[in-house]
Amino acid sequence: MLGTTFVLALRSIRRHLLRSFLTTLGIIIGVAAVVTMVTLGKATTAQVQQNISSLGTNILQVRPGQGFGRGGGGPRPPDFKPEDVEAIANQIAGVSAVAPQAQSTATAIYEGANWSTTINGTTAAYFQVQPWPLAAGRLWTSQEESAGKAVCIIGNTVRQNLFRTGRAVGQRFRVGAVSCDVIGVLSTRGQAGFGGDQDDVVIMPIKTVQRRFTGTRDVRLMLVGVDQAYSTATVQAGITDLLRERRTITAGKDDDFNIFDTKQISDTLSSTTTLLTRIVTAVAGISLVVGGIGIMNIMLVSVTERTREIGIRLAIGAVASEVLLQFLVEAVVLSMLGGVIGLLLAQVAIGALSALGGLPYLFVPEINAIAFGISAVIGVVFGYFPARRAAALNPIDALRHE
Amino acid sequence: MVAVAAAVVVGAGAAAVASNAAAAASPDGADALIALRGVTKSYGEGGTAFQALKGVDLDILAGDFVAVMGPSGSGKSTTMNILGCLDVPSGGTFLFRGYQVETLNRDQRALLRRRYLGFVFQGFNLLSRTTALENVELPLLYRGDEKKARRELSMAALEKVGLDRWWDHTPAELSGGQQQRVAIARAIVTQPDVLLADEPTGNLDSERSVEIMELLTDLNRGGITVLMVTHEPDMAAFARTVIHFKDGLVERIERNHHQGQPVEGGA
Repeated sequence: MLGTTFVLALRSIRRHLLRSFLTTLGIIIGVAAVVTMVTLGKATTAQVQQNISSLGTNILQVRPGQGFGRGGGGPRPPDFKPEDVEAIANQIAGVSAVAPQAQSTATAIYEGANWSTTINGTTAAYFQVQPWPLAAGRLWTSQEESAGKAVCIIGNTVRQNLFRTGRAVGQRFRVGAVSCDVIGVLSTRGQAGFGGDQDDVVIMPIKTVQRRFTGTRDVRLMLVGVDQAYSTATVQAGITDLLRERRTITAGKDDDFNIFDTKQISDTLSSTTTLLTRIVTAVAGISLVVGGIGIMNIMLVSVTERTREIGIRLAIGAVASEVLLQFLVEAVVLSMLGGVIGLLLAQVAIGALSALGGLPYLFVPEINAIAFGISAVIGVVFGYFPARRAAALNPIDALRHE
Repeated sequence: MVAVAAAVVVGAGAAAVASNAAAAASPDGADALIALRGVTKSYGEGGTAFQALKGVDLDILAGDFVAVMGPSGSGKSTTMNILGCLDVPSGGTFLFRGYQVETLNRDQRALLRRRYLGFVFQGFNLLSRTTALENVELPLLYRGDEKKARRELSMAALEKVGLDRWWDHTPAELSGGQQQRVAIARAIVTQPDVLLADEPTGNLDSERSVEIMELLTDLNRGGITVLMVTHEPDMAAFARTVIHFKDGLVERIERNHHQGQPVEGGA
């Protein structure tokens, strides 16, 4: 009987193609919206997590100022001193290494090519606190570091723009007023979590940068590596106390520096994107329910409009359950068809939007399966009422219906 | 559903013998295909109740061609609805092939219709936007025939009504006469015992009407019992038995002594 009903339902859908399409439109949009939102949400979360973990975990970033993008007003808090770096490295338990950073920008020139880039001065500890392997060449020696030699390790973007396909290690190029030997090339890291190309950088010993670029011994930023055995929160608290003391901040005053735990940021951002994903999904889910109501609407209209047809079927010898099943199957087939079209549409939308947003294309099987399942359930739930109404019709009245 | 089907399984063979039909009620109605005894039907309740049938006794023998006539409100449509198992009497009994139809439920009556009855309506009642073949197939689909059998039987039925070449046309592409032929093909495709026709020529011009009546006469000769409601004496003249209704009762029963052809000048 189900086979028969299926044939009948398909025929009836085919007879009213436009109406069938309009009926399913709500489901199509609902399913597409849910799948797209959830998938993009997952892709964003994954992307954020990956970006942040590329900064390295178990790392504390210590900066002057009170947080990201601190607005104007008041004098700029002072940078850190080399002695601060020493103090943190020596006095706080659980600190594996402290990498000071001094930053500047300059134009790098090699033969005909020039490229404006970031100059990052640091110590060898920089490569200890975070994993950033070299693609070629070597790190600088401690002699080179303490002597402030003009040796450079360049990011891949700089390599591409200056040296194209040629060999970079062993070449000499100019950066600002400094003539610099390339001793190493870093492996590719990609986009940073908050925009910006992490590979667009020239790394030199901090002394070189301080002497030749910034002109001070100040340290802009410290990366503090934390031992696996210690919690980042404890170390963070230790650094805060130490720096407050060293920067003579009296009790009751706010810190004039900030410490970011990358793992904490990662967790916070992940939970934020997850929450946003849930909210948007809920909204999309509502559209799915509205789509279901749309199906019920059209099916009810269709039962009224097809009263005579139902009368014919009953006169011919259809039993009530067959009429019920036919309308139910029609509703389910319609909504599942809408589900399939919605899924396809979602893949297109995900492809387009993730390309636009620089996200990786993600296919999440569960959410596709769930959305499809929901569309089928909607067909049953919202198809049942109209179907029962059709099955309850009296054949004589139905045949007389105009 | 299966249980319901089992309840309607019939012992007697279905061969309807074209005999000299007699519409007069025999005492027990045992040899009649259809027997109504004291059938009443009322609509509404209490003071506003309307009694459409006031005790109809009627036997219809297998193979007869019966025309039912009468003014509107005489009870002929109600009788046809009961005979078509679409409705049940309020009182009395209706025997059809040994079943007491008034005791059957909705679905059991639906199965009786499916197996033994075919319907032709005044307004053709074909499914729109559906080919003639698919329309004719419909009862077979409900009966559960396989695709191949469905197709063969439906084409055979269409051939019988002379429309096999029009199988892929939808009702909108067919004339009224052709539509009614498709409807007749749909009614006979299951080889029913009884064909119920409710004013089958009501929407057709006289030429098409005669064609339809000739077709019904042919089918009747092939063994199908035909029950037809009409208010046109010309059409009733094709029948062998004419039952006149008046005020909810059988007024009189006439016999046309011809072999399925109308007598010149009417009955």
